[in-house]
Amino acid sequence: MAPLLDVDSLAVTLPSPRGPLPILHDVSLTVDEGELVGIAGESGCGKSLTAQTLLGLLPPGAAVTGSARYAGTELLGLDPRGWQRVRGAGIAMVFQDPSAALHPMLSVGRQLTEHMRVHLRMDRRAAVRRAVELLDQVRIPDPERALRAYPHQFSGGMRQRVAIAIALAARPRLLIADEPTTALDVTVQAGILALLERLRAETGLAVAFITHDLGVLSALTTRGYIFYAGRVVETGPTGALLTAPTHPYTAALLGARPHGTQTGGTLRPIPGAPPAPGEAPPGCPFHPRCGYAEPSCGTAPPPLTPAGADRSVACVVRPHLEVAA
Amino acid sequence: MTTVHDGEPGTVATTASRPRGAHPLLIFLAKRVAVTAGLLLGVTVVTFGLVNVVPGDPVTANLSDQALNDPAAVAAFREKWGLDQPLWAQYLHYLGNLLHGDLGHSQQTGRAVLDDLLHYVPATLELALPSMVLALLIGTGIGMLAAVRNGRLTDQLVRVGALLGLSTPPFWLSLVVLYVFFYQLGLAPSGGRLSTDFSPPPTVTGMYTVDGALAGQWDVAWDAAQHLSLPVLVLTSLTVAMLVRFVRSAMLEVLQQDYIRAAYAKGLPTRVVLRRHLLRAGLVPVVTVSGLAFASLLSGTVLVESIFGWPGVGQYAYRSATALDLPAILGVSLFVALVYTLVNLTVDLLYGLIDPRIRLS
Ligand SMILES: Nc1ncnc2c1ncn2[C@@H]1O[C@H](COP(=O)(O)OP(=O)(O)OP(=O)(O)O)[C@@H](O)[C@H]1O
Ligand code: SF4
Ligand SMILES: [Mg+2]
Repeated sequence: MAPLLDVDSLAVTLPSPRGPLPILHDVSLTVDEGELVGIAGESGCGKSLTAQTLLGLLPPGAAVTGSARYAGTELLGLDPRGWQRVRGAGIAMVFQDPSAALHPMLSVGRQLTEHMRVHLRMDRRAAVRRAVELLDQVRIPDPERALRAYPHQFSGGMRQRVAIAIALAARPRLLIADEPTTALDVTVQAGILALLERLRAETGLAVAFITHDLGVLSALTTRGYIFYAGRVVETGPTGALLTAPTHPYTAALLGARPHGTQTGGTLRPIPGAPPAPGEAPPGCPFHPRCGYAEPSCGTAPPPLTPAGADRSVACVVRPHLEVAA
Repeated sequence: MTTVHDGEPGTVATTASRPRGAHPLLIFLAKRVAVTAGLLLGVTVVTFGLVNVVPGDPVTANLSDQALNDPAAVAAFREKWGLDQPLWAQYLHYLGNLLHGDLGHSQQTGRAVLDDLLHYVPATLELALPSMVLALLIGTGIGMLAAVRNGRLTDQLVRVGALLGLSTPPFWLSLVVLYVFFYQLGLAPSGGRLSTDFSPPPTVTGMYTVDGALAGQWDVAWDAAQHLSLPVLVLTSLTVAMLVRFVRSAMLEVLQQDYIRAAYAKGLPTRVVLRRHLLRAGLVPVVTVSGLAFASLLSGTVLVESIFGWPGVGQYAYRSATALDLPAILGVSLFVALVYTLVNLTVDLLYGLIDPRIRLS
C-alpha cells in the first residue's frame, strides 16, 4: 500500500537579502496511515520548514523542488482550492508556538468550529457539540464556558491544548505536531499522548511528531528521522535508532542526553554549532564536528543509503559506534 | 485577569471576574464619559485663554469708525460683551452662560451663537459624515488589497495613486472636479446646498438629504444629494489617500502573524481568512488612525466649503476669525473640541468592541 505521505527529494530555498538560501536538501520521508513518526534534530535544522512546506505555507518567494504526495495527490504546485481541501481535513498542523497561532480577537469557539463547518459541513449546533467534546478530550475544564472565552484568558499550557483541539477538529488523516507538548506538565502531556494514540488506533490517524525530546520519540513513535542542517542523516525504527545509532550525529545526540531518566531528556548541544543555511561545508555537513571524520568526508554530501532492516544512514565512514548507557 | 495553570484540578477555564451588576463595557463607557467631560472643561479654559492673548482689539474690529469716535458707544459695546471686567470674571460669566446653553451672540450675525451653530453644523456634518464613512470603507478595502498583493502590480498602482492623492492640493482637486463634472460633463451642480427652484425641507436634523427623505420630499432629497456629490468626492479622495498607506502597512504586519498562517492551515477559503482573521486584527490600527483622518477631513472642509459655496461651520469659523468675533470663535472652538472628544470616545469604544483583550481586562 502506498504511504499516506510520501516526500521525495524535497529541496527548499528561501529568499534572503543576501540572495537565495538553500534550507532543505534532498529530504525524503514517508508516513503510513495510522503511523506515528518522529522528526528530531537541533534547532534550525529545518524541521518546522518541512512542516510548512507540506501545508503550502512557505513565505512568498520560496523555491521548492522534489515531490510530496499526500494520499496520491501531488502537493507541490497545488492551486489554492486544492490546498484548501488538503489543509485542515487532510493534513492538520499544531504550530510550534500555539499562543501566536491563536487569533487574539476571535473566541475559542469560533476558532474551533469554523473549519469543522467548512470541511465536515456541520451546522452550528453540531459543530459546537463536537467542539465541547474536543475540549473535554484535551482536558480543558468547563468546555462550554471555554468556548466563549478568548485565548488571552488561558494559560500557556491550556492554549497549547486548545491548539491541539483545533488541529484535530476537522478529522485530519495526518497531524503534523511541531513540538506539541513542550509547555505541558507531565500528566497532561501523558493525557494528550494517550488521546493521539487512541485516535491512531480507532481512526487510523497518522502523526508526525517534530520534537526536541528523545523521550517522546522513544515513547510514542515507531519510526524516526534525524535531521541535520536541512538533511535527513539517519532513519529507522525508533528503538533501533536510539539504542544502536549508525550515524555519528545520532550517537552524539544520544550521548548528550542526560542519564537516569526514561522519558525526560532534551537534546543537549553537541560541541560546535551546526552550519548556518548557505554556509554548509562541502561534503558531509557534520564533518567539522564529527569525531570520526576522514578525508573522504569532505568531498560530497553522503547520500542516504540503506543500512540493514528498514534503516538508512547518510555517512560514508559508518564507524562502529558505542552509545553511552 | 486570572489565568489557570495546568494540573490545578477543579479550577474554571475562563476568567474575567466582573463586579456584580455592571457590565464591563458599561464601566468602560462611564469612565470614558467622565474623562470627556473633564476634557471639555479644559478646552473651554484653553480656548478662552487663547482668544484673549490673540493680538487685536475686538472693539476696533467690530465697530464702525464713526462709533469708535463716540466714547459712549465704545463703553456700551464693552459692557455688553463684558470686556470691561477682569479676565477670570469674563471666563466665569462665559462658563455660567454655557451651562445654560447660552453661547452669547455673534457680533457678526447678531444672532445667538447657538442658533448659528445649529444652522451651520448640520451642513458640515452632511458633508463630513458620508465622506468619512466612504473613506473608511474604500481606504480599508484598497489598503487591504494592496497588502494582500504586496509588491505586485495592484500594490504598485495603489502606491502611486495614494502618493498622487497626498500630493494634490485640495483646492486644485476641487477645481479639477468642478471642471470635469460640472463644466464638461454637466453631471453635478457647481455649488450650494440646493437648486434655487427648491426650498429647504422642514428642519429635523438640518441635513437636507435626511430631512427631505423624512418629509417624503424625494425630489428635494435627491437635489440635495446631487449638491453633496462633488464636495463629498473631494473630501473622500483626500481622506482615502491618507488612509491607504497606513492601512496597507498595518495589514501587512498582521499578514505575517502566525495566526494568519494558522487560519490558512485550517483550510479556510481565502476570503474567510481575509475577512474574518485579517480584517479583524487589522481594524485596530485602522481605528487608531481614523480619528486623525477625521480631524484632517474636518480641517479640509474649511477650504472645500468655500470653493463649493457650502454654508457650513468652516465658512462660519473663517468669517468669525477674521472679524475677531469672540463669542462665535469660542462657540466654534467648543464645537470642534466636542467633535474631537466624541471621536476619541468612539475610537475607544471601537477598540473595546474589536479587541477582547481591552474589553475584558
Ligand atoms: N522566513 C525565513 N526566511 C529565511 N530563513 C528562514 C525562514 N524561516 C526559517 N528560516 C531558516 O531556516 C532554517 C530552518 O528553520 P526551521 O524553523 O525549520 O528550524 P527548526 O528545525 O524548526 O528549529 P527549531 O527546533 O528551533 O524550531 C533556520 O536556519 C532558519 O533560520
Ligand atoms: S560522513 Fe564522515 S563526517 Fe559525516 S558523519 Fe560520517 S564520518 Fe562523520
Ligand atoms: Mg521549529
